[in-house]
Formats: sequence, C-alpha cells, structure tokens
Amino acid sequence: MAEVKTDLMTLNMGPQHPSTHGVIRFVLQTDGEVIHQCVPDVGYLHRSIEKIAENLEYYQFMPFTDRVDYVAAINANLGWAVAVERFGGIEVPERGELLRIISAELVRIGSHLVAVGANTGDMGAVTPFLHALREREVTNDLIEELCGARLTHNYIRIGGVSFDAPKGWTDKCLSFLESFEPALDEFNRLITFNKIFRHRLGDVAVVTAQDAKDYGLVGPNLRASGVKWDCRKDDSYGLYSDLKFEVPVGAGLMGTTGDCWDRFWVRIEEMRQSMSIMRQAIARLNQVDGPVWNEKRVIKLPEGEFYARTESARGEMGYYIVSDGGKKPLRVKIRTGSFSAMSIIEKISRGVMIADLVAIIGSMDIVAPEIDR
Amino acid sequence: MDISSWLIGKELWSQIGFMLLFAMVFILVFATPVAGILTYVERRVAGKIQSRVGPNRVGPQGFLQWVADAVKLILKEDFIPGDADRPLFRIAPYLVAIGTFLTLAIIPFGQRLVMSNLNVGVVYLVAVTGLVVAGILMSGWASNNKWSLLGGIRAAAQVVSYEIPTGLSLIVVVLLAGSLSMSQIVVEQSGGLGIFRWFIFHNPFSFLAFFLFFTSALAENNRIPFDIPEAESELVSGYNTEYSGFRFAAFFLAEFAMVWIVAGIATALFLGGWNFPGVPIDPQGFAGAAAGTLAFLAKSGALAVFILQIRWTLPRVRVDQLMSICWKYLVPISFFNVVMTALWIVLFKGKGIYDLITGIF
Repeated sequence: MAEVKTDLMTLNMGPQHPSTHGVIRFVLQTDGEVIHQCVPDVGYLHRSIEKIAENLEYYQFMPFTDRVDYVAAINANLGWAVAVERFGGIEVPERGELLRIISAELVRIGSHLVAVGANTGDMGAVTPFLHALREREVTNDLIEELCGARLTHNYIRIGGVSFDAPKGWTDKCLSFLESFEPALDEFNRLITFNKIFRHRLGDVAVVTAQDAKDYGLVGPNLRASGVKWDCRKDDSYGLYSDLKFEVPVGAGLMGTTGDCWDRFWVRIEEMRQSMSIMRQAIARLNQVDGPVWNEKRVIKLPEGEFYARTESARGEMGYYIVSDGGKKPLRVKIRTGSFSAMSIIEKISRGVMIADLVAIIGSMDIVAPEIDR
Repeated sequence: MDISSWLIGKELWSQIGFMLLFAMVFILVFATPVAGILTYVERRVAGKIQSRVGPNRVGPQGFLQWVADAVKLILKEDFIPGDADRPLFRIAPYLVAIGTFLTLAIIPFGQRLVMSNLNVGVVYLVAVTGLVVAGILMSGWASNNKWSLLGGIRAAAQVVSYEIPTGLSLIVVVLLAGSLSMSQIVVEQSGGLGIFRWFIFHNPFSFLAFFLFFTSALAENNRIPFDIPEAESELVSGYNTEYSGFRFAAFFLAEFAMVWIVAGIATALFLGGWNFPGVPIDPQGFAGAAAGTLAFLAKSGALAVFILQIRWTLPRVRVDQLMSICWKYLVPISFFNVVMTALWIVLFKGKGIYDLITGIF
C-alpha cells in the first residue's frame, strides 16, 4: 500500500482566542490534534512601561506598575516600592508595612482565584469559575474600601501606603476570611477533586524541578515542581520574616510532581497560607498605632544598579533599576513571572493535544500584560 | 391520534401536502418553543447553580427572553466567509435541524398522541440522527476554518463511536419489548402500579442500560462533559464558529431540541413513557389522554433539566479520553448487557423483577 503523504497543519491560536487569557498568540504545528511545535508570540500588549519609567520620577511611576499586572496590582506596586525604599534608604512605618502585607495577601487571594477559576473555565467547567469570581468580588470590595480602586489600585506609596484602613475594615477582612474558608472547601469538592478534572490536569505537561530552574520559572509554577522557594521567606522583605506561614510545594498528588494539577493545587494551598498571614497581620495591626506613610518630597537613588524582588501572585517580581543619582531612573527592567512561564510552554507542549495546551496556559496562570509590559 | 393512519386512502398530493404542512406547523408551534424555552430554563438553572440571577428582564421572570433572542438572531446578518464552500455551508445547518426534528415524529407523547407510529421506530431513530453528524461534518469542512474543521472531525469521530453503545442499549429495550415501535415499547411498560414495569426496573441489566444510553446519548448530543466538538475554550466554537444569523439559530435550536428529545426518548424507552400511577393505559376521554401526555412531559422535562444541571457542573473530557471511555468501557459493557439481557429473557421467560416478586405471592 502506498504511503499516504501527510502534512503538518499550521494553526494560529490567538491573539483572539477564548483561552489565551488576553492577547497572546501561539503558532501551532499540529498533526491532527497533536501539537508538534508551539511557538508563543508575545508583544501584543506591549505598552512601553519600562521606557515610560525613564521619564518619570520614582513616585510618579507607581500607577504604571498597576498596569504591569492588573490582576494583582498591589503586588506589583509593592515590588517597586520595596526596590526604591531599599536602595533609597527610606523607612516605612510599621502600620504601613502591615497594611501592605494585608492588602497584598488579599490581592494574592483574588489573583489566585482568577487563576484557578480561569483554569477550570478552560476545562469546560463554567460554574467553578463563577464561584471563584464571586469570592474575588468580596476581595475587590474590601480593597475598594481601602483605596477606592478595584482593579488598578495604586495603593502603595514609596515609604508606606496612601490611606489608613477605614474604621471596621479589619473586621470585614476577618469575616471574609471566615466565609472564604468553607467556600474554598466547597470549590475543592466541586472541581479540584472531580475525577474528570483530575484526569484532565494530572500527568499533563510535567515540569521537572531542574527544568523549572533552567527556564527561570518562579512563584507557584516553580513550587509546583517541588522547589521550595518563596521570596517572602527566602529573600524576605517588609515584615514577612515576623510572620509564620508554610510554603506549599507540589507533591504529585494526582500524578507526577510538576504536572498541571500540582500547579493548580499549589495555588489553592497558597490561598490558605495567605489567609493565615492576613490573620496574623490583622491581629498585629490592631495593636499598632501611628502613621502609615513616611512621605518624602524628593526621592533619589544613589548612582548605581539595583535589583530587588518581591513575591507577586505570579511569582518573583523583580525591579532592576539603573540610577545616575537623579530623581528619575536611567533604566528600569521589570522581571515578571508570566514571561518565563511563556518560555517553557514551547518545551512542555510538544506532543500534547490542543486541549492540553489550554490546560497548560491556564495552569501557568499567564496574564498577558505581565508578559509584555 | 395517529396521523399517518388517518391519511391512508387520501390522494397522494394531499397526503404529501398535508404532511409538509403539518411538519411546518409542528416545528413552528411545538419544536421551536420547546427548544427556546429550554434555553431560558438552562440559563435560569445555570444562574441558580452559579449563584447569580440569570435573565429576568423580558416578560415575567424573564420568560420571554428566548423570544427576544430568537428575534435578534434572525435579524443578524447572514454572513458567509470568503472562501467557504457556499452550497455546503448553506445546507449544513438545515441537515442538522432536519435530522433532529425528524426524531420528533416517533416520540410517543401520549397513549395515542404520536405523529407516526412506525413499526421500525427505533431503527428510524438511529437512521435520522445519522443526518446530524453529516450536517456537522459538512459545516466544519465548508467553513474554511481550521477550528471548525477540527470541531467537525471531532464530532464525526465522537458521534460515530457513541452510536454503538447507544444502539446496543436500544437493543436491550427492543429485546425486552419484543417490538421496534416506540408506542408498543411504551405499552409494554404499562401496569405494575404504573412504575414497576418501567424497563429501567425490569432487571439489573436494563437498569445499567439506562445509564449507558443516557451517557452515550449525552455524548451524541455534544453536551458537557462530552461537548468537545464545540469546546469553546479549545476550538473557539467548533463547527459553528463561522455561522451567524438564522443558520446559527438552526444549529442552536437543533441542539436544544435534541436535549429534550434525548430526554423524551430515554423517558419513552426506559422510564415508562406516559405510564404513571393513575394514568389509564387505554384512555376513553380527553382527561386520560391529557394525563398521559402530562406524565410524559413531566418526566422528560425533569430529565432535560438534569441534563442541563450536568452541563453546569462537570468539566469537559479530552478527545482521547472521550474515545477511551467509549471503546474501552461503554462498548464492552453494552455488549455484555445485551447478552445478559437475552439470557435473562430466556431464563425468566421475559419476566421482570416486579413480575417475579409478585409471582411468588
């Protein structure tokens, strides 16, 4: 029988595709549904944020960091603030530090809810996605009460935070945590341990610990591969070193360590840790009085090159600043988690199906603006 | 009223004309509202499940939302992509709709309320649903869109595979009833206090056959967890990506009508059709007939809502998993079921569990 001549099909996934979560494009070479090669094409959401930084004073750049990662804006704020404070020698009042931690963890919960929710949505389960967003709505409301914004918060200032918590806000936070615990359990019952879901994510696109390090994965994606590394603990900033929390790592509960399910599970567990951090910080906040913002009129960094990193919802967020000693940075480079996650997709998506690629994108928690900046 | 028997003896043109007219009226006044109302019900059920409200603006409790949606869909531009295969692109949705609505002809809504009491009803059912897959494959191919093509091919593979467990589960019922006629199958389930002679309770294998049928019918109907031909997060919208306006409405209507049709067929074959405690087997007046129809609609409606609830609860399986579910599990179990049912019929002389138990006393 004569050989049938077959060709690979070039399939263009995105930039407008329901499951690329924003404008990301993948050029796929597929054999039927099996992917031979998947080339990520980034740059559709490039807004020159790093270039903008060169023309702004240090404090003026803060609102732009919101746009670097609009799903967890306070975490992005925090990275910039920590970098400038550390090398500009600016002290932060204790109350300000605690409010930073509380708001950052609240936003982390919200961001992880979007991540796990969108992942389930990609797997065809719409209901868990809406349940996750229902909970995230509460975190948005709380942040709105704190700083007036729901998405791009611009809450953190260099040297503190912009507003003190309104009266009764901490109680509202605690009651949210109270109600969120059972909601998370319900979410787990609904989808996390669902058999179809486990089979869709378990053993799919395994990232070994070595690969994760080689490709520079950070945050939950790195920890899912079994590497216990968390900037909040290992390169601590703020008051995180005073607080007790665990660093959840992937253990291959539903397959191999580092598969999509592990990445999903690490985020769920991290939400629990964030809740514990918030409880501790709130307890301490109630005993601390004083200002929340050590406001400086002129902020200057000494001449030189600086790098500081914080743990954002999508992992290590580093700000690399080159300064000539003036009021404006000479060059700013932002290192984000989604970008390195994009780089490994080409490797791990070889030989999987299109449906699995969707699972990979979802489980990596890729947020388009963070890739391109 | 059995319309086909009423028409016998009339002239040929009047027979054909009447049947066409009847089909049109039937689809317009019955099938379309059923499918439309089901979309409304689905959105309300989804709202409840997802702790939100759902449509509640148009009409009382948003009940007329489906009318507004239908009007909107029909007013949309009927767009055909540039390099599409135009004739195929145009025909495809109607093939799907025809294949779906034709099955309505043999569903026994009541003791005498069946459009055509075909003596090969079950075979007819399998035959006309085959049209649907042809339509879907055509639409996927004709759209000149790779996502649509993948959707069409997925649909073809899926429907062809799942027709085997569906068909084998139908054979279980046919064995038990000894007839291929849908009405006769329902009549065979009457008695036994109105419930216990339903084929689902006939023997353990028919009980299993119901779930096999239900699962594979879900898959044939492209519903979650088996909705991979449409899989909006993977294939954008699958085979109907490029469709708009009335042609999309035809797909949409067919899909939702199919939900209810699947529920109706499962009701007729396994859940006793119009049989229910208190419903007379051979009604004399209007009340008895209406009670039977009501029982049928209630059962199939409940089953349809159950299908909707499944959709809003479960994630979707992957293509290869879908195939392995079918070929590794459903097909062997179905074969086993057919053989065991045949054995049961030989061993117990066709008696069900209810008859065996009452036979002791």
